[in-house]
Amino acid sequence: MAVQAEFIKSIPYFAGLGQAELDAIIKFTFEKKANRGEIVLFEGEPAEILCFVVSGAVKVFKTSADGKEQILHIIRPGESFNDVPVLGEGVNLASAEALGDVTLNIIKKSDLETVLRGHPQVALNVIQVLSQRVSHLISLVEDLSFRHVTSRVAKILLEYAGDGSGEKPHLTQQEMAAMIGTAREMVGRSIKTLEEEGKIRLERHRIIITDKDALKEMAGIT
Amino acid sequence: MTEMPLVDREKCQGCGLCVSVCACGTLVLAGNKVTIVKVEACQWCTLCEAVCPNGAIRCPFEIVVEES
Repeated sequence: MAVQAEFIKSIPYFAGLGQAELDAIIKFTFEKKANRGEIVLFEGEPAEILCFVVSGAVKVFKTSADGKEQILHIIRPGESFNDVPVLGEGVNLASAEALGDVTLNIIKKSDLETVLRGHPQVALNVIQVLSQRVSHLISLVEDLSFRHVTSRVAKILLEYAGDGSGEKPHLTQQEMAAMIGTAREMVGRSIKTLEEEGKIRLERHRIIITDKDALKEMAGIT
Repeated sequence: MTEMPLVDREKCQGCGLCVSVCACGTLVLAGNKVTIVKVEACQWCTLCEAVCPNGAIRCPFEIVVEES
């Protein structure tokens, strides 16, 4: 299927461009489909393509040496990924996996450079997109380095733990994130960490505190 | 009763993103709104909640302390 001009026009990278500029960009853009679970980018491989999600959702993540996964972003339709290494030099900074069946629009690094040289407005738009990326990453760094998110998740779990009679409100990961001022991804990661450490157990829609004392210690509750 | 993700039909814009990430076929679009059809199949992966751009799906957790 051909790249859709309407979609290209709707994404922040190409906002406010004239028809001639859009035509030039569409010429360099191609479509790729990926199935659920398919890795569309591998961390560490040469950064050669910039991707835009047309439909579906993509998870951008890093994996540590011991196999732990940190989700950096979930990319929704109209958003892009792999911008930073493509616009700079080097390799893909993270991997990307299709969360369902997805359709991507892709521009090769060399073609993007041609577009940027020919169309300064695109370069200005790119600066704005990158600025938002930096802001997001700074807040993630803040969470990772200065705050003890897992400790605060532990505290929330203790505060909202009921006896199963339903008197305490049930919480989504989004709500927990909002309560402690962090990103949902960080809450997900913290819950996984607590589970790996044997302090909690997950049973479908239930979080079971298995080591209350350890959780209290973590949360700084004496 | 099996707990299910909670859908706010007012907020749902029918984009189908949640349906596309749902690996167990629990969600479908019906009448341009997301609907839960396979109650037992849901694994509570919470991806539908994570991807929804409108906050229309909630996957709340009940928190309990294990009885010793």
